[in-house]
Amino acid sequence: MATLAELSNRRELLASGHRLCAGCGAPIAVRQFLLALPPEAQVVVCCPTGCLEVSTTIYPYTAWRCSYIHNAFENAAATLCGVEAAYAALKRKGKIEADFRFAAFGGDGGTYDIGFQSLSGAMERGHKMIYVCYDNEAYMNTGIQRSGATPRGAWTTTSPTGQAQAGKREGRKDLTAIMAEHNLVYVAQASISHWRDTVAKAEKAWEYSKEGPVFVNILSPCHRGWRFPMEKTIEVARLAVRTRFWPLYEVEKGRWRITVDVANPLPVTEWLKPQGRFAHLFRGEGNQEVLRAIQEDVDRQWAKLLSRCQGGAV
Amino acid sequence: MAKILAIVGTDAAAEAMRQIDPEVVAVYPITPQTAIVEKFAEYVAEGQVNTEMINVESEHSAMSACIGAAAAGARVMTATSSQGLALMWEVLYVAAGLRLPIVMANVNRALSAPINIHCDHSDSMGARDSGWIQLYSESAQEFYDNLLQAVRVAEHPEVRLPVMVCVDGFIISHAIDRVEVLEDGQARAFVGEYQPLPGYSLLDAGRPVSVGMFDGLYGYYYEARRAQEEAMARALEVIRQVGEEYGRISGRSYALWEEYGLEDADICLVALNSACGTLRSRLAAWRERGARIGLLKLRVFRPWPEEQLRERLAGFKTVAVFDRALTLAGNCGGPLYRDVAATLYGLPHPPQLVNYIYGLGGRDLTLTMVDAALKGLTEETKEKPVRYLGLRV
Repeated sequence: MATLAELSNRRELLASGHRLCAGCGAPIAVRQFLLALPPEAQVVVCCPTGCLEVSTTIYPYTAWRCSYIHNAFENAAATLCGVEAAYAALKRKGKIEADFRFAAFGGDGGTYDIGFQSLSGAMERGHKMIYVCYDNEAYMNTGIQRSGATPRGAWTTTSPTGQAQAGKREGRKDLTAIMAEHNLVYVAQASISHWRDTVAKAEKAWEYSKEGPVFVNILSPCHRGWRFPMEKTIEVARLAVRTRFWPLYEVEKGRWRITVDVANPLPVTEWLKPQGRFAHLFRGEGNQEVLRAIQEDVDRQWAKLLSRCQGGAV
Repeated sequence: MAKILAIVGTDAAAEAMRQIDPEVVAVYPITPQTAIVEKFAEYVAEGQVNTEMINVESEHSAMSACIGAAAAGARVMTATSSQGLALMWEVLYVAAGLRLPIVMANVNRALSAPINIHCDHSDSMGARDSGWIQLYSESAQEFYDNLLQAVRVAEHPEVRLPVMVCVDGFIISHAIDRVEVLEDGQARAFVGEYQPLPGYSLLDAGRPVSVGMFDGLYGYYYEARRAQEEAMARALEVIRQVGEEYGRISGRSYALWEEYGLEDADICLVALNSACGTLRSRLAAWRERGARIGLLKLRVFRPWPEEQLRERLAGFKTVAVFDRALTLAGNCGGPLYRDVAATLYGLPHPPQLVNYIYGLGGRDLTLTMVDAALKGLTEETKEKPVRYLGLRV
């Protein structure tokens, strides 16, 4: 893996001056990935509609120092399939010499939900690309609505808290595992709090994307939606890992492996407490049930992950 | 030497696609377009084309992939029908708004509900305002010819708009017809090697470009839309020129519309696609008996040739428009009728306008129905201007 000194000398492809919020997790995720791109390779980035898209390409400005395309909300993967197919055709005809790689960066709305069909189709067809989901667990660009990635109990504007309901009633969709079941060459779950782990995964992702599709899900907290102070982004992301809420693992050619062990996990409440979107769970006595259910979700998911790793934890 | 084939309409499209040999074809099967996908897949499997074919999981993804491929600087084609075109609807606008020269074969079929696989024009009429050029084809021959020309029109630097070539589902798509095809070399020379505009390709190493950017709150959307409108207007002349040039190599030249018996007529029928053959054959008999009725077979529906049509239609006593779709605006007729009516509005002595709705959901347009329509046009009648042919009562 490249050293920090090497990485710090690489040219950033996402330039400063974009309009993402201060303290946003998304550009951190993108930069960790793009720094791992082999310096000799060119890249085309595709974003579905979302925070990253609207904030980095306000015409006539662009924050991208590489080629970039946005099409619509649900079709980043399909759009990139077209770019990749064009590359294959033009390369075969000798019209293109350069080594191009292809990456989509989509939020959880455009990935878990409306973009899921086109993502699944692109992965099944084996297009050579990496698809990175920067997961901030809700539709943030439009004002914090629930998505398939929103955890149980979280307040959002479409899963509000009230007399009859304490935030989102359902658990989250385990998209990383679903993508692994597509039998991709490489699938990983990462967090912006663990940059070394992420960059190592990004390096593998770029390499494997020459063989076929690669999917990486990276936790990218949103302080606006999660309701915590903007300087705490990395800290909150780290708590998600430390509580086993967000395990860091990879599935390399079908082999599951935990990449950052959490031997002595903190209770999940340590991750929930700093976030205003879960504040209602800690008021009064009424929401112990929900808290218990969230901890059970975490424990069950971790046990499932361990069994998939067949005891092969670090 | 050109070859004469006896093939169905879908094979005529696949033959055009084989000769064009696009760099990327992204497509999803749907009746009655499916046979195009299947035939083209055979060409790919046999190595007869140099195309990257993407068998996507939906029409939405088909058009999305076409957009990505076209933005990457490749020549791109697809094909669809009905619900498939409807599923593409959102991204049809993106393709046109990004000014990507994608060519699509659309085999016209009714839109649900009730689900119906047969021909009508509600699919392409639904895409009327999406910024796509729309060419209509009476026969398999015209389907083939239009597809070759569509590539030139779409990629013309003055145009840079996607083009949809329409043909009637089953009536033409699945019927064997006599089709004269160009030699491969001739067809390839006509469409030429695609040259993407410099500085606009995602795959131009060392010259990165951002495509599909966010317009901000009060950006350039309005100006971009106006620019599309201008490109659409310029397309009329390009379509005419390409049609003429195609005539020089094939012996079949194409214009904005084709006329039959209009030179001495006082009644003009206006129609699209295969119905024109039925109308023409019946008109021949009526004209022998002295009826002064002719046909204007409209080939170019978008861009709409407003000035040209106003001038051509102004002198007729009656203009009767045949629509294979409804606008569902509440007994206001079909889309073609309403465009013709708008075109003639304001003339000092406009022709009387009549609208015949026919053939929805694949209902046959029989000679008897045509006779009834012509009778209604030539005799005194108290029928309302919007009339239905072949509707069961």
